[in-house]
Amino acid sequence: MIKITKPGLLTSVQDLGRYGFQKYGVITSGVMDTTAHRIANSLVGNAENEATLELTLLGPDMEFREDTLISICGGNLSPSIDGKPVKLWRSVLVSAGSKLKFGGCKTGCRAYLAVAGGFDVPEVMNSKSTYLRAGIGGHNGKALQNDDELSLGKPSELSEKIAKVLAAQFGENKFVEMQWTISSDFIASSASKPLVRVIKGRQYDWFTIESQMKLFTEHFEVTSQSDRMGYRLKGPELALEEKQEMLSEAVSFGTIQVPSEGNPIVLLADRQTTGGYPKIGQIATVDLSIMAQLKPGDKVQFVEVSHEVAQQLYLDREKKLHQLKQGIALKIRQETK
Amino acid sequence: MKYTIEPLGDNSMIIELGQDMSHEIQQKVKKVSSFFEENRFDWVIETVPGFTTVAVFYDPLKIKTKTLPYDEVCAFLEPLLEKLEVDGDAEPRVVEIPVCYGGEFGPDLEEVANHNGLTVDEVIDIHSNGEYTVYMIGFAPGFPYIGGMSERIAAPRRSNPRLKIPAGSVGIAGKQTGVYPIETPGGWQLIGKTPQKLFTPDGDTPSLLQAGDQIKFVPISEEEFQKIEEDAK
Repeated sequence: MIKITKPGLLTSVQDLGRYGFQKYGVITSGVMDTTAHRIANSLVGNAENEATLELTLLGPDMEFREDTLISICGGNLSPSIDGKPVKLWRSVLVSAGSKLKFGGCKTGCRAYLAVAGGFDVPEVMNSKSTYLRAGIGGHNGKALQNDDELSLGKPSELSEKIAKVLAAQFGENKFVEMQWTISSDFIASSASKPLVRVIKGRQYDWFTIESQMKLFTEHFEVTSQSDRMGYRLKGPELALEEKQEMLSEAVSFGTIQVPSEGNPIVLLADRQTTGGYPKIGQIATVDLSIMAQLKPGDKVQFVEVSHEVAQQLYLDREKKLHQLKQGIALKIRQETK
Repeated sequence: MKYTIEPLGDNSMIIELGQDMSHEIQQKVKKVSSFFEENRFDWVIETVPGFTTVAVFYDPLKIKTKTLPYDEVCAFLEPLLEKLEVDGDAEPRVVEIPVCYGGEFGPDLEEVANHNGLTVDEVIDIHSNGEYTVYMIGFAPGFPYIGGMSERIAAPRRSNPRLKIPAGSVGIAGKQTGVYPIETPGGWQLIGKTPQKLFTPDGDTPSLLQAGDQIKFVPISEEEFQKIEEDAK
């Protein structure tokens, strides 16, 4: 069991999302940075879709009531256990009674805390994700509060093995980190103006040539009106060639839509299921993690990529993630021989 | 059936069946949606109907191909969609929604009446005798986009949106009417409220309404409202 002693800015239980219900207007919810979430799960021996805690900018304080295998991936929110810094992107075994805290946000803005066995919250419509606005899923349908107690699920065989490797090195320490970590290829760039690849949107041709060019040549800044639903960006005004009304249709994670005032909105994990604003672009799935780690004030540069290349990049990335998972299992097998 | 397919993102695509909101296009959207529901292809994650479109979210990893998964899927779907025809008008499901009009449930009913030079009873009469079609569900869980409201009771959105509109509220915005399934902020003119739940997150089909349904609004008294609400508990 884990007890929350300070909730942080916005801490919620999320998995890879709630699918199959968008036709009923039920949003997918789910983690913002799927790569960090999946790797965090892999490092503790969980299935990739197991729920993690998504921490935002200011992380929570919590107390472990039992020895727990954890991993923290994603943005660096300065985690520490009983005053000692904890490394990201690693398997970490924490002893019962330890206190995990987060300090300032050094890189990115969202971190994912996975625990072996996952969080034991009920599935609502096949998912553990918290749908904040409708108050369903996750822990009581809400962001975590003070004194919330989270029960943990049953660890997998692989989880047990990882914990065993680390337990051998425990000694007097409050926690032990695995010696090895994952390849830096998977860690989203913390460049100051990251490049994010974008496919032309379905209504790209509705925009003036000038706007089309500006989308791919100028910078856009993430404004403070940004949350899990979407980021409002500020940059050059994007205008339609002529006023056109659009009938609402489905949108997707990473859709860039432009309301009439001309500032683009990037739709993210808590997006509505459908939208009626023209879509100038669509962020390539492989670059969504970069976008999800941007915070208000950060700048981004969009780079055009064809749909074909974006899909190929996705297939390549999935292959690498699959190899990473196998690599972790292999390493643990060798070390527990 | 005539259609176009275009990518939405790198793991989703949109099948477009026309440009305008009409009964004919609505029937095609429904047909294509049922086509996917009946076939349950293992590479399809889910489909989402729009006014004139059906979006297909898919898993490219589940498509065995030496070429691009998107190209493979298009080549697979094209002959099937071409053969697909709307077979007459499929009998739509008719869903009755009881509404208690006016009073505290419909604080804007008088304004809608005044705006159109009608009496309150005439607005209720026109609203409850309309033939409505659910075009799609979106905006909020279980929220129906409904077509078919008489322009005689059309009214502009409130200039000052309410911060909280209770679940079940029935409203008018421009030429549209709708029902709020969950409490949300909003600018619709509220003319009544239904005790019927439109969104039940614990069911297999969490939304009372589905795209293609026909709706009948049935006027009820405050007593009947309370009785239905009690019975549902």
